[in-house]
Amino acid sequence: MNSEFKEHLLSSLAQNIRLDGRKLDEYRKIEVEFGISNTAEGSAKVTIGDTIVLAGVKMLVQQPYPDKPDEGTIMVNAELLPMSNPDFEPGPPKDEAIELARVVDRGIRESAAIDVKKLLIKKGEKCWVVSIDIVTVNAAGNLFDAAALAAIAAIKDTFFPVYENDEINYKKKTEQRLPLVKTPISVTVLKLGGSYLVDPLPDEEAACDARLTVAATEGGNLCALQKGGDQTLTMEDISRMVDLALEKATYLRGFLN
Amino acid sequence: MTYSKRYSDRGFDDLRPIEAKAGVIPNADGSAFFKIGNTTAYAAVYGPRDLHPKFKQDPGKGILRCNYNMMPFSGMGERVRPGPSRRSREISMVTEKALMPVLDLQEFPNAVVDVFIELPQTDAGSRCAGICAASIALADAGIPMKDLVTAVSVGKVDDKIVVDLDYAEEAHEGGPVADIPVAMVPSTGMISLLQMDGEVTKDDLMKALEKARAAILKIYEIQKKALKDKYYVDMVNQNEQ
Repeated sequence: MNSEFKEHLLSSLAQNIRLDGRKLDEYRKIEVEFGISNTAEGSAKVTIGDTIVLAGVKMLVQQPYPDKPDEGTIMVNAELLPMSNPDFEPGPPKDEAIELARVVDRGIRESAAIDVKKLLIKKGEKCWVVSIDIVTVNAAGNLFDAAALAAIAAIKDTFFPVYENDEINYKKKTEQRLPLVKTPISVTVLKLGGSYLVDPLPDEEAACDARLTVAATEGGNLCALQKGGDQTLTMEDISRMVDLALEKATYLRGFLN
Repeated sequence: MTYSKRYSDRGFDDLRPIEAKAGVIPNADGSAFFKIGNTTAYAAVYGPRDLHPKFKQDPGKGILRCNYNMMPFSGMGERVRPGPSRRSREISMVTEKALMPVLDLQEFPNAVVDVFIELPQTDAGSRCAGICAASIALADAGIPMKDLVTAVSVGKVDDKIVVDLDYAEEAHEGGPVADIPVAMVPSTGMISLLQMDGEVTKDDLMKALEKARAAILKIYEIQKKALKDKYYVDMVNQNEQ
């Protein structure tokens, strides 16, 4: 990013003006569409401004992990498709895609959003695996929040397929939904100059000093954190960023109903 | 055995419902969404842009590079493992060959035009849907083209020649099935992709290709409409503003 542009961005922010005219704590237009892929057991499309992310859930049956014989498990994978941004290249997931998947994974896993004990079919032998795949269709800033929202929306949209005689019949869905007990929502707050802002544009992400992704449950408990960016944060920063994130999490959760 | 009624209740020459939209991916130079029955495809075009690694560049003309990919949750059965498979690499290659005849990349030496085809959900006919989406996206990107390319699968299910097979028909077990994906340059009827799985007589093949030609002309209209819808300017309302 050239220094003149960054200077312009920072001086505008100092007057509470963003590149696209939004307020610092304002999201772009959000849309959540459920059931966008009928080959998935559950799916959703999330649009935040120009950013478009899809998530799909496939249900598989596997052997439980030896240390948790009475639990099923979840798996989160993210692909930054080359279709979605001129800078993304084909090939195995790079660091950014892995970080994205892991942050979304932690928000769901650590909040115990899905009751994994209810995913058990037979102790030590068979359990359900909830495989959540996130793909970007247009990557235009704030992939963290869009991906996490799409993942939880896809989970909400999921019905178990029919399982009989040790086989999954993917053509038939049951009436049974996933045992979702909480809805964790991720909000990413950027620190740029002296300002805190949400729902960053790509240019704001490129210029930012630091970012903090906060996943929180409806009770306001934090269930995952991820600090990014090159600069440090003070405790005061963190306190203010978490406050902003919690406020916005409630707003984002409203789009799931 | 006879195949008297299609699983999907269509006439033997009928296509599934089709939707097409141009310009759905803001970051791309051109893009499209194409839906035929339960098969959906996105296509995004980036370029002409610099081609790396450099040794792949052609100083005489630009290169077309296609990438067909099924999203992990887009298969009718199990999760599709991400990353290229033998199948997706072959489809990427034949897609390139299907699109190339209408493109003129002479003006873009050393450059590449990248076409990314991504499928969120599939119910057979995905390579054809991908080609239809890709050609709309190429036109949307303003790449010099002689025409669009349109594709559809035709074939034989038991004793009937059918147009636009869905998965239930591909998997039909009551008799032999042949699946023939075809791509054409609609204005001339020239064939740029032809594959087949199954067994047919030459007579049936020729009949199936005739039906493909008719179906392709219908799809072609929908592709053109998608482009016109995007670039349509409402002069009346514009003047009022």
